[in-house]
Amino acid sequence: MIKNLQRRNFIRLGSASLLIGAASVSLPNIVRGAQKKVVVIGGGAGGAIAAKYIKKSDSSIDVTLIESNKTYHTCFMSNEVIGGGREIGSLNHDYRGLKKRGINIIYGKATAVDVEKNTVVTGMGDKFEYDRLVVSPGISLKTEDIEGYDDTAASVMPHAWKAGVQTGLLRRQLLEMDDGGLVIVAPPANPFRCPPGPYERVCQIAHYLKNHKPKSKILVIDSNDEFSKQALFMQGWEARYKGMIDWVPGTDTGGGVTSVDSAKMTVSTDFDDFNADVANVIPPQQAGEIAQQAGLADKSGWCPVDLGTFESKIHAGIHVIGDASIATGMPKSAYAANSQAKVCAAAIVASLNNTEILEPSYVNTCYSLVAPDYGISIAAVYRLSKDRSEIKSVSGGLTASDASPETLRREVQYAYSWYNNIVADMFT
Amino acid sequence: MLTDNCVACHGENGQSLGPAIPNLGGMSQTYLLGAMLAFKYEDSNKLMAAIKSDSDFKDVNPLIRNSTVMTTIAKGYTVSEIKAIANYFSDQKLFTAPQDVNLSLASDGRKLHEKYCVSCHKNNGKSSNVDAGVLVGQWKPYFLWTMSDYLDGSREMPRAMEVLVNDMIATSGVESLQQLANYYASATP
Repeated sequence: MIKNLQRRNFIRLGSASLLIGAASVSLPNIVRGAQKKVVVIGGGAGGAIAAKYIKKSDSSIDVTLIESNKTYHTCFMSNEVIGGGREIGSLNHDYRGLKKRGINIIYGKATAVDVEKNTVVTGMGDKFEYDRLVVSPGISLKTEDIEGYDDTAASVMPHAWKAGVQTGLLRRQLLEMDDGGLVIVAPPANPFRCPPGPYERVCQIAHYLKNHKPKSKILVIDSNDEFSKQALFMQGWEARYKGMIDWVPGTDTGGGVTSVDSAKMTVSTDFDDFNADVANVIPPQQAGEIAQQAGLADKSGWCPVDLGTFESKIHAGIHVIGDASIATGMPKSAYAANSQAKVCAAAIVASLNNTEILEPSYVNTCYSLVAPDYGISIAAVYRLSKDRSEIKSVSGGLTASDASPETLRREVQYAYSWYNNIVADMFT
Repeated sequence: MLTDNCVACHGENGQSLGPAIPNLGGMSQTYLLGAMLAFKYEDSNKLMAAIKSDSDFKDVNPLIRNSTVMTTIAKGYTVSEIKAIANYFSDQKLFTAPQDVNLSLASDGRKLHEKYCVSCHKNNGKSSNVDAGVLVGQWKPYFLWTMSDYLDGSREMPRAMEVLVNDMIATSGVESLQQLANYYASATP
């Protein structure tokens, strides 16, 4: 239904903007002698970096970034807002820095891609031609997979899996909850954005409750049987939040939360119903809407790509990076998106200039904050496997399970440093 | 491409926005090689063997050092990639990290620097034949943690440094470390 409506809009708006396109886009193109054009959809951890690094390595390329929000809220570090250790405003960033670099910033929603004519259309009806397109839309939530989880339910049982209003909502609900309340956190089935995210969130909620509402409990109704940094998280829960957190693996509930009743504040699995005072229900996920609409996703809901260039295996000339892509071997993290964007940018610049594509190199580092003085991390360096079927970790490691309190304290300060440097990488 | 992955944590051109991950821009090549090789090999004998096997490492001091993520990350790179990474960051500009400085502590720190540190950390440690790290403009937490690691033995000190640091602490107390941190944080390249 929604898809059809958007398709009709595309046809209608497409014909209206054709004239504008001919006058303002195609003509200067001829005058300048076929300046190469790259359009990037999505100005997050992947898209902002792709736009910047393409422009940085070849300033003659015309780079346009299409992003819905004038203010971008990073998802990373948003759990600290929920725990009360960070103001939500500190997650806000804007695109002035990228504009200064000569990137065209278009505030709008990319609503359609014409893969035959190499054009992107926005909700305003504007049309953008490209030689190469980068699609970095992040995730969309499969709310239909949880019965009863409609827009109303999302405002009562926030997912807070896209930072901003939802983050503030979950924080407010915790502030308003009475001491002795039950907070339910329901992590989605794999794969999803930020694999350690739900468990860091549990830590941050527990930190708040321990200091302000110590009789309260957290019930984690997981869809999966194991999770990222599990041993380290459980060690942290035991050390800092003993008796507050009850984690139920997917097998015990037949696969986690399947339905909700937001009016009654009930969260249900196939076997049981639970009444929550605060419910953080995180629905299963797939590649962002525009990736679905442009036909870039496969049956899994994610986008298959060549792992050395991130060019779509479905549509040539279109690259998909970050959470939306199937980057076999890498997690769906901000750092992974950053690293993939740089690999993708280098491949695009090389291909537009007919030069050789360098061997790609990938890194992921991810910090989680267990408490204000207790951080843990995971890091890995990757290379492309010979048959290009995997981004293979060549070295990987976690915070040691016997790390000293001093090391755990440092990890927090390194996490903040990582944040400051990666957002500067994206937005300046 | 290699160093593009470093800057997401260490800042553009190795100029970190902190509060704790160190600046790398303008560090000497020898120092950067020493750091990466120590992270990569961890073990003292392996580190020594790696340094001996390559004439490019002739000035590198085989000193073991601790880390959080860097021992993992350095293992992902070959020796020739490590050389390229060290080349890149040593070619970048020194940077004074934007942080609060206590000028009175810094003034005491300057005197300590001139008495104990300047003999190795001269010319801001910029010459490529020295294995001393750049201290000017460095993040205070990083400097203090490094000193604390040296003092508790989790990071190996060059012998000459050990003598001087022990003398400084015995004479001027542990507060000398804060004074030095503030001096270096306030100094410009």
